[in-house]
Amino acid sequence: MLTKRIIACLDMDEGRVVKGVRFENLRDAGDPVECARAHARDGADEIVLLDISATHQGRSMLLEAVCRVARCLFIPFTVGGGIRQLSDAVAVFDAGADKIAINSAAVRDPELISKIAARFGSQAVVVAIDARRTNGAFEVFVAGGRVPAGRNAIQWAQEAASRGAGEILLTSMDRDGTRSGFDCELVRLVSRAVPIPVIASGGAGSAADFIDVFRDGSADAALAASIFHFGIQSIADLKQELHAANLPMRWPC
Amino acid sequence: MIAIVDYGAGNLNSVKKAFTWLGFTVSVTTQPEVVAAADKIVLPGVGHFSALAALTQTGLANAVLTGLRSHKPFLGICLGMQWLFEGSEEAHDIAGAGILPGVCAKFPTAVKVPHVGWNSLATKPSSRLLRGLTEHPFVYYTHSFYAPVVDSTTAESAYGPRFSAVVERDNIFGVQFHPEKSGEAGLSILRAFCEMPPC
Repeated sequence: MLTKRIIACLDMDEGRVVKGVRFENLRDAGDPVECARAHARDGADEIVLLDISATHQGRSMLLEAVCRVARCLFIPFTVGGGIRQLSDAVAVFDAGADKIAINSAAVRDPELISKIAARFGSQAVVVAIDARRTNGAFEVFVAGGRVPAGRNAIQWAQEAASRGAGEILLTSMDRDGTRSGFDCELVRLVSRAVPIPVIASGGAGSAADFIDVFRDGSADAALAASIFHFGIQSIADLKQELHAANLPMRWPC
Repeated sequence: MIAIVDYGAGNLNSVKKAFTWLGFTVSVTTQPEVVAAADKIVLPGVGHFSALAALTQTGLANAVLTGLRSHKPFLGICLGMQWLFEGSEEAHDIAGAGILPGVCAKFPTAVKVPHVGWNSLATKPSSRLLRGLTEHPFVYYTHSFYAPVVDSTTAESAYGPRFSAVVERDNIFGVQFHPEKSGEAGLSILRAFCEMPPC
């Protein structure tokens, strides 16, 4: 049976793993290689590395970190942040990523999704969507959540899927870093609207939140960062609890 | 030396990296002569079945088939496993090697496609590749088409239909999942292949 995935996300700033609340107030959480290996040992099904400051800086720091992490990681490894064109994606794949995540650049140039998918396959293209509740609907934000894109999140997810995205990484900006639970309504709306897997992100605080987003939100995978980094919840304990609640888990692993 | 056949279908870094991590010497190659000189052959590949056309055009298919006939251990991964079958609904005009019977089919629309994530294996005791693992290890998949269960199937998974997860016949092995991305279970499978004696 296909299991629900638990994905550990490393937000990287200047070569260090950091975590903020609602995309602000960053705290240091360690070295990317050490964090990635520790999460993999603990049972993470996948690692996502996001360079959250890539838009302001060069790419070399990210590529060096990608290389170091990829060398010792034998589970799927997704990298995002600052990928603006096909050549950026090529460099990140060459450095050892299995999948790339694109966000702002895909909104600006939706053709980029098809270009990367044509070269590396849809399975390698994750379209990340940052969504916030605005006037009763979910609006897409870009540039690290700073700029409203004037697009509806559900419609954008459908377009991304039709252009060749292999997965949607859906972050609720309202819940990001708050540990108040995933936005199950947002996740459910997107998950039912697209034929591809949806990764829920933003708001993970407890095992109950994961159970809700898998059952009620129809998520295929759930991603968290701060609760894993700061030892609030170990991935092993989390998976054990979800397994006991009869959710299909890669456990023991 | 283990030849990893590069016919332009996707990213071979992670396959190479896993073998290197295990301490085996690999050569990622586009050259039929390198394939001919290898002790073992790995045919990876992600993406569309039509990518396999390049295998024939470059002369690599002949080099691989010659290796198979001379009993060199062969491992097809994902698209490389599907190549062992007669063909795929994904590209009707491209023939597979036809070593195993049947045609690869697309998952039904009742399930999300691609099949992405960790799924469990139902393993036959006769499997040489999965020796030492539990009866139901978890492995990582990402694919939209699947190969039928045949006599040579030594492990299967289910996602909607049941399908071939592992095939083994004499010196020929194939896995639909990505052992290089399947954690410790995957590394164990690659090690078992590397240590396989010539038949």
